Amino acid sequence: MRRNIKLAVGNIVRRVLHIIREEDLSLTTAAIAGLNLSAASDGDDDDDGEQDEHTVLSAAAVAASARNALRPPSLQTLLEDMPESVAIPHTSSSGGDSEGKSKSADKSSRTRRLKHDVIEAVNELIQDINTCHEQIAEQAVEHIHQNEVILTLGSSKTVLEFLYAAKEKKRSFRVFVAEGAPRYQGHLLAKELVTRGLHTTLITDSAVFAIISRVNMVIVGAHAVMANGGVIVPVGLNMVALAAQKHAVPFVVLAGSHKLCPLYPHNPEVLLNELRSPSELLDFGEFSDCLDFGSSIGSPLLHVVNPAFDYVPPKLVSLFITDTGGHNPSYMYRLIADYYSADDLVVRRRVALGN
Amino acid sequence: MQRNGSVLSELFSASQLYHCNKTSPNLLSSLSDNRIRSAHFNNETLIFPPPPSLSNIMDPRRAPRTVSDPKVRKVGFFTDPPDRSLPGPPDHPISSFPTSPPSTVDNSPPSAGNSLSPVMIPPPRHSSSILSRLRRDPAEFFPLPASPTASTSTSFSDDVAWTMKGRGVAAASSSLPGGLLFDIAAIKSAASSVPASGLTTVSAVNNLPIEKGGGVAVEMQDDQSSRSKSLKEKTTKAERRALQEAQRAAKATAKAEDGKTPAAASGAAASVKSGKSLKPPPSQKNDSAALAALEKKAGDRPPEKDRKKEFPQPRMQFDDKSRVEKAKRRAVVKQTEARNRVELFRHLPQYERGTQRTELQSKFFELDPVHPAVYKVGLQYLYGDICGSNARCIAMLQAFQEAIKDYSTPSEKTLARDLTAKIGSYLSFLIECRPLSISMGNAIRFLKNRIAKLPLTLSELEAKATLRSDIDRFINEKIILADKVIVKHAVTKISDGDVLLTYGSPSAVEMVLLHAHELGKQFRVVVVDSRPKLEGQLLLHRLVGKGINCTYTHVNAISYIMHEVTRVFLGASSVLSNGTVYSKVGTACVAMVAHAFRVPVLVCCEAYKFHERVQLDSLCSNELGDPDVISKIHGREDINFLDGSTNSENLQLLNLIYDATPSDYISMIITDYGMVPPTSVPVIVRDYRREHLWI
Repeated sequence: MRRNIKLAVGNIVRRVLHIIREEDLSLTTAAIAGLNLSAASDGDDDDDGEQDEHTVLSAAAVAASARNALRPPSLQTLLEDMPESVAIPHTSSSGGDSEGKSKSADKSSRTRRLKHDVIEAVNELIQDINTCHEQIAEQAVEHIHQNEVILTLGSSKTVLEFLYAAKEKKRSFRVFVAEGAPRYQGHLLAKELVTRGLHTTLITDSAVFAIISRVNMVIVGAHAVMANGGVIVPVGLNMVALAAQKHAVPFVVLAGSHKLCPLYPHNPEVLLNELRSPSELLDFGEFSDCLDFGSSIGSPLLHVVNPAFDYVPPKLVSLFITDTGGHNPSYMYRLIADYYSADDLVVRRRVALGN
Repeated sequence: MQRNGSVLSELFSASQLYHCNKTSPNLLSSLSDNRIRSAHFNNETLIFPPPPSLSNIMDPRRAPRTVSDPKVRKVGFFTDPPDRSLPGPPDHPISSFPTSPPSTVDNSPPSAGNSLSPVMIPPPRHSSSILSRLRRDPAEFFPLPASPTASTSTSFSDDVAWTMKGRGVAAASSSLPGGLLFDIAAIKSAASSVPASGLTTVSAVNNLPIEKGGGVAVEMQDDQSSRSKSLKEKTTKAERRALQEAQRAAKATAKAEDGKTPAAASGAAASVKSGKSLKPPPSQKNDSAALAALEKKAGDRPPEKDRKKEFPQPRMQFDDKSRVEKAKRRAVVKQTEARNRVELFRHLPQYERGTQRTELQSKFFELDPVHPAVYKVGLQYLYGDICGSNARCIAMLQAFQEAIKDYSTPSEKTLARDLTAKIGSYLSFLIECRPLSISMGNAIRFLKNRIAKLPLTLSELEAKATLRSDIDRFINEKIILADKVIVKHAVTKISDGDVLLTYGSPSAVEMVLLHAHELGKQFRVVVVDSRPKLEGQLLLHRLVGKGINCTYTHVNAISYIMHEVTRVFLGASSVLSNGTVYSKVGTACVAMVAHAFRVPVLVCCEAYKFHERVQLDSLCSNELGDPDVISKIHGREDINFLDGSTNSENLQLLNLIYDATPSDYISMIITDYGMVPPTSVPVIVRDYRREHLWI
């Protein structure tokens, strides 16, 4: 369960895998080009075979490291592991290699080049993730007009930056912030917005339906974007999205491309959710007698449900704004094809089987 | 028109009175002696005409039609809406609403009124059917003051009004001056309405000759002279011109009658009446006249009045500076306005909380006009000790009961008027503590109606006893009994294995759940709660205490929990006549999500909470709660992000109390009339108004 929730981590692992593949491919094509010049057909074959082997092995190794990496400080460990994981297949393949040493020396230099390229690409990715707020925020003025009324729920750094960027560009608009029980992140967002000088109104979550008829746009941050264009968002936003649809208010999701998850959701309300402690809703002291299992029936009379996320289906989402621009929910699958290689889903499955 | 005339009569001075007798002879036919009597009823100095026998009362309209004495043309003065005696803010509409004009009386025989309207819902199968039976056959239950005529005329006049509209005769009646002038009176007393439009004034000119007939009843004006005087000062140019023109017209007819004094006028009126309706034997004159008047009032007037009332008076708009100033001057509690008022809700009162409490407490001994019981209830409203519209309504009514018990009429005042004023002042005190809910408004309307309809023959003690028992009956029949009926209906919708979802802590739904549990049905309850009140926890406590299996969650998780729910039961603060359910904020969210998940939504609401108002959104009319509870989260001290910034002018805290659920989301409304779709609400509202007169 826990592993599923941090979808962004899995996304990044896949991104890195994809980067390695791409870099390797580009190197190989360069090598092939060089070999083509020497016109050694058997070498070409060998190279191909080795490349396959290399890919499989490295993929397995990265997946192994990714398994460790699925825990929170994952990005760090993954990047540290990266050179090794690339190195391991090299040694194994070189050990099994029947070719001469000149080839091996050539390969080690190639590996170094590959490492270098991968590190560079991963750094680029890190850079991308760090700057995605700004890149999204840059588009704010294109979407927010003068005197707009915007509703948001909970708190998201992306949304904060987005709104602030519009404010910077001298747009004046007001923001309704629903508090987002039971974590009340909306209070945090409201405070940030107020200190930055935006007109902010804090409302309870239940007042969303009442207010939404006067709102021009709903802007929210996402926890994850699924391959079908649906989004996993903080709890309560499905209700907001339904209300927005009822009143024909655009429901805009801001998401960095690292939140793009290549999975199709199945029963996302349950499988991609997290149930938090009831103490956020109820005072244990007051209800302690009802919550325990000691009653005669064998099951407690009282259950407290406190999910952390909601799933908003793609038909309720009007627009995604990512660091690469605005996209329709139906376009998400295409972005996924750009960022991830289809093999990595298989890798993931292998890991699952291995477990 | 008839009513308008009577209304006008109040406004005309005696000097103009005598001109009117000869105008519009054709209207004579519509004049009923009953009505004349009732018109005089308000003025005790008048000589009552001979009382009719019962058979006469039964058929009051036919007799006059045959009489063609020109002297009886005082068409205008037969009815005076009981409301006239209410100095408090009446519920009358400002617009000139079409009223039943006399000319159509001929078109529909009185008996037609007895037929049920085709849209009428089938009679309920339960105990409240007594009520509906009452409406249809009142003589059975109230043989004494209420003769069958009353019931006949009740629906009759109603029908007339409708016929009118259908025939297009309404063109003339649609802008009846009576409505206009009456509204002016209402404005005077309520000081909270918009001035009548010029359009209606113009039509007033056309209709004037008729209305002047009403002038015979001028004496009624005596006790209201001050009011009408000030009213006169207020009359617009057009109205003055109308008056002049009317006088000229009257002169042109060259009347023989010149009784300038009220006495003469009344004498003439009396003679006219006796001449016209010869039936009543003179011997029983006084008391049966009173009876007739009473029954007239009970039966005939109210529906017409209700027709007028169907447009509720526009509520106070708090973005209107001058009115707010005025209201402030009258206010018992000085409230400071909130610093950061929410822009969208400038039309609603937004006050600082906290200050009023100490002020109210310190003012306890200065507020002599407020009865202690009322004061107590007011404070309870203020502190939020009583919430839920039923509880508030009952508390208010019981406080008024206490107040009525301790009430004594000051000398030189009539009970009806003075008590209404008194209740009006209590009411404004309560409103300052917390705005009235719609259900309370309906209860007040009932109470004022009862006071206005008190027979003058009753002594003060009797009158007080009657009122108190009326209030008791209202509480019992309209709330307690109604809830029982609702429970009986709703339980049939719960079957074994159901998962029922409810939101907040609706009293009716709680009763339903408990009753279903008592019946041994196996079900699970999902209690959805929301900030800031967290009323659901109280409900949860009570349900779990009874051993019902419960799931508790907050409104944000509604989409998560809705998957397993099979029925949604909601309470309502009011149901508006376009089917909109006006209820605790968040109800709309719950209903919407349920609708999206194809889960039936059942709303439990007593019929007394239905209201003829319509509303499309939750913004035009709402109540704002204390904004501070938004920033502070009870029991979660770790969340204090806003502690420092509540004073920032960029931050506004909005604590809405109600929202409006569109009727599309409602599968069914369970009421004491049975289970109806939201589209049937206007039918019940109309029906209920009629029945309302009888309880």
